[in-house]
Amino acid sequence: MTDWTNPAEATRASALEMSDALRAGAITSVALVQAHLDRIAAVDAAVHAFLHINTDDALATAAGVDADRAAGVGLPLLAGVPIAIKDILVTKGMPTTAGSKILEGWMPPYDATVTTKVRAARMPILGKTNMDEFAMGSSTEHSAYGATHNPWDLDRIPGGSGGGSAASLAAWEAPLAIGSDTGGSIRQPAAVTGTVGVKPTYGGVSRYGAIALASSLDQLGPCARTVADAAALHEVMGGHDVMDATSLDEPVPSCLDAVRDGATHGLKGVRVGVVKELSGEGYQAGVKQRFEEALDHLRAAGAEIVEVSCPSFQYAMGAYYVILPSEASSNLAKFDSVRFGLRVERDTIEKTMSATRAEGFGDEVKRRLVLGTYALSAGYRDAYYGSAQKVRTLIQRDFTAAFEKADVLVSPTTPTTPFKLGERIDDPLAMYLNDVATIPANLAGIPGMSLPAGLAPEDGLPVGFQLLAPAHEDARLYRIGAALEKALVAEWGGALVSKAPELEETR
Amino acid sequence: MSNLRRADVARLAALARIDMSDDDLDRLSGQIDAIVDAVALVSEVANEDVPATSHPIPMSNVHRVDEVRPSLAPADALAAAPEAEDGRFRVPRILGEEA
Amino acid sequence: MSAATHLVGYDDAMAAFDPVFGIEVHVELNTKTKMFCGCENTFGSEPNTQVCPVCLGLPGSMPVTNEKAVESAIRLGLSLGCSIRESSRFARKNYFYPDLAKDYQISQYDEPTSYEGELEVVLDDGTVVMIGIERAHMEEDAGKNTHVGGSGGIQGASHSLVDYNRGGVPLVEIVTKPIEGMGERTAEVARAYVATIRDIVRALGISDGRMEQGRLRADVNLSLRAKAGPGEDQSAIEFGKRSETKNVNSLRAVERSIHYEAGRQAALLLAGEPVVQETRHWHEDTSSTTPGRSKEEAEDYRYFPEPDLLPVEPSREWVEELRKTLPEHPAKMRARLQADWGFADLEMRDVVAADALDFIADTVAAGTTPQAARKWWMGELARVANEKDVALTDLPVTAADIAELQGLIDAGTINDKLARQALEGTLAGEGSPAAVVAARGLVVVSDDSALEAAVDEALASQPEVLDRIREGKLQAAGAIVGAVMKATKGQADAGRVREIILARAGVEG
Repeated sequence: MTDWTNPAEATRASALEMSDALRAGAITSVALVQAHLDRIAAVDAAVHAFLHINTDDALATAAGVDADRAAGVGLPLLAGVPIAIKDILVTKGMPTTAGSKILEGWMPPYDATVTTKVRAARMPILGKTNMDEFAMGSSTEHSAYGATHNPWDLDRIPGGSGGGSAASLAAWEAPLAIGSDTGGSIRQPAAVTGTVGVKPTYGGVSRYGAIALASSLDQLGPCARTVADAAALHEVMGGHDVMDATSLDEPVPSCLDAVRDGATHGLKGVRVGVVKELSGEGYQAGVKQRFEEALDHLRAAGAEIVEVSCPSFQYAMGAYYVILPSEASSNLAKFDSVRFGLRVERDTIEKTMSATRAEGFGDEVKRRLVLGTYALSAGYRDAYYGSAQKVRTLIQRDFTAAFEKADVLVSPTTPTTPFKLGERIDDPLAMYLNDVATIPANLAGIPGMSLPAGLAPEDGLPVGFQLLAPAHEDARLYRIGAALEKALVAEWGGALVSKAPELEETR
Repeated sequence: MSNLRRADVARLAALARIDMSDDDLDRLSGQIDAIVDAVALVSEVANEDVPATSHPIPMSNVHRVDEVRPSLAPADALAAAPEAEDGRFRVPRILGEEA
Repeated sequence: MSAATHLVGYDDAMAAFDPVFGIEVHVELNTKTKMFCGCENTFGSEPNTQVCPVCLGLPGSMPVTNEKAVESAIRLGLSLGCSIRESSRFARKNYFYPDLAKDYQISQYDEPTSYEGELEVVLDDGTVVMIGIERAHMEEDAGKNTHVGGSGGIQGASHSLVDYNRGGVPLVEIVTKPIEGMGERTAEVARAYVATIRDIVRALGISDGRMEQGRLRADVNLSLRAKAGPGEDQSAIEFGKRSETKNVNSLRAVERSIHYEAGRQAALLLAGEPVVQETRHWHEDTSSTTPGRSKEEAEDYRYFPEPDLLPVEPSREWVEELRKTLPEHPAKMRARLQADWGFADLEMRDVVAADALDFIADTVAAGTTPQAARKWWMGELARVANEKDVALTDLPVTAADIAELQGLIDAGTINDKLARQALEGTLAGEGSPAAVVAARGLVVVSDDSALEAAVDEALASQPEVLDRIREGKLQAAGAIVGAVMKATKGQADAGRVREIILARAGVEG
């Protein structure tokens, strides 16, 4: 039982528990938001999950919710529950940097559609979270504003590119966060921080106002500590948007219903497909072990485990590292010093553009922009970009075939537990391997979830379990994820993230 | 395809409008070379019969009605301009020809 | 710069070489909003007042295609005899330039919506020429750079100012196939082609095609090759190097730029010097072209399909429906109207040249005779337009107004002179001719008692007139008619007045 008068306990609850408490009058939104702001002040110097704290606006939103609640005005489910937003989403009144120096202090004149939805849901926005620059990375070490530290071990990476959002959850700084996933940037940080992260079906959540990395791969998604919390946030974020031509014109999936269903009815008749090519060859031993144990839980819940093979997955990394840089090289051209952002002035506009981008972009970004320019340039486009798009078709076909044999596909989310800061920064290829299991879903556009599978015995660090569902079947992830989570939490005696070491509060 | 020489990287960096020092170029060519080798597999496996997928979820004819939506107030449009003059974005002189 | 400047005249150039040319026309569509966002598509607003995150290229923005632009583009493609592609994607054309907000232009690359067409162009002397159309594709316009400092051009400017109002405006780019075999009529054909495109877009109602406002822009390519010898196949001879001339913003400039370029290229070739493949700028003031910046290598646009937009897949049913809405080919329509109206060739040519065709047609449709319609539009209204230095279309008078005006004359309510006054009123914004006539009381006085009174009054001061009339000098009545007209401010029915005078004299008129 949470003592809601104790801020330390209040911040340990789940978002849905907070929602219940707010509606029951056990706590006010202002108190809840203040508790989180205080927590941020106490630990974020060490964690560095946040780039901007939205104190006044968050408290004002909270006060408005409290007043409406007192007046008996009807409120959305998550009204008054605070949320953190990855700094890739434009937010009016708050700087939006995408983790880059080239956008330092940029105040967007408009809100992203998802930002508008969060505001309409009356959720106080705690602030913007840290990320690898322009979402290019798997460790958040490529942020121009300094790395984020994994709350489980401050010397380790929190994953990337959305390390800030995931870390804020694991550090109890926020109960909910928004992330973006292009090749695993929601799911991999979730795995290495012991939290839950979901990448919806491509088009399930509007990208209008999300600073684009690779347009055909990017998706925004919910980050939370529990599957049910993620479901609630997914329902706030999702839906068709006329401002995004690629958004799906279909109803938002009933994620919360699916969670209830999975937690109540078990998994009898569900076929779970283990993808041979992602089954953990070369993965860390503890990661594979926890993965196998999770499969046992699924069996115990009534699921049938089958093996499937997706041979074209061996080309996924290659295709990804052609498509992403190619689209990014075009998407990032707009950072040219003319209308917004950094300007390093020279005597001509051409030189000004080049000098600005040289100073404003970090090494990883420059690497990928040059790579992308190469992959698209005359004479190479068919061999690289054109071929990579064909690999995409092969991967989709493999998934389609696999989904005939299984209702969901599973794998460990990422090959290792969180590695130490600085360990892979000078080896881009080693860094890219973090995403080997998550990339195929982005290439195919299908939805994926990572939820905690336990701690690796050899280092006591979090391991993630990945679920993949066919396109449009996001609800299925929540149903099966909820069932698995229930079994695991029962085994652990509580959510995994409550086992994280206590962070020293410096205030 | 691989063995990108420093001169190639220099040309690409210019095309991408990113100034690079000689040291940058050296470092970058080595790293890019390695990545290019890794992705070279891609052109081996994809053949004529396989169509390219540019949109993961197949859709078509997504259009909008020809009706006016509010524009930004000019103050908002120019608010983040590094330099503005007379309600327009000011840039240093252009070398290139008129479009 | 070689010494061989344009010392060779166009005719000599055409005598010595065989010209091959091509034209790219950009048509600005008159949709209400821009191609990919809901900002208003108008001209002449204050800078940066018609912009939004999308057309300003702000981070996070996304394009959404304007359905009306797609419809207009397809109708234009059909009018050019093109096939309409079943599935076409937009593509990004990547290059850095300050007036290009995203530093890429959304265009169409290898999948233009319209392709493989043919257009009939009728020259002034009635010769019919078929122009092959390669493609017509959709794209968005760029913003506008204004160069400050120096002479106002790009050379010597100290800085530039960018206005993105025009950025994102929908364009259709029409590209011809290389046009061979026109010989010395090349310049004439080029001009007629652009004029025909202009007529078509106006007939379709998708653009007003006004070149002077940039709604229709032409880039003209020209190359010269050796003339085929006897028995040699001209079409087998390789094309020469071509130049592309931009900034051609009038029909006259289309023709004259070809004259200049042909002469310039011929001079080089005759001097044994190579023609450089390059982009050049037309200068109206000096009637010449100058080279653009020479680039070390061709720009690499790195085209790839636009991931933020979905393919355009017009159903065959819809395309056929649109085909039914197409207006008649302008040349055919002109021939038909000329026959219907009974105008001579020269009269028709003048009507077309004065851009009065549509007005006359609409006036005739409203019930006026063709001759009367022509009289007003080519006469009084053309004079007024000329005086004010505007086009007929700028005058605040419609075909319905003119039909009404002529109707009043035909009914005898007003005469020609009063009609001119009524028209003056309409042009001054006082309302339709009928309204002006009523307000100003411009009705012809045909009430006999009023006229008789006026006649008697005039006769009272000139009594000798009656005697002269009785002596047989009927023209003496004129003085009384004049006096009565003056007294009634021109509103008397002159014919009736004369009858009354003669009756007073007891004489048959």
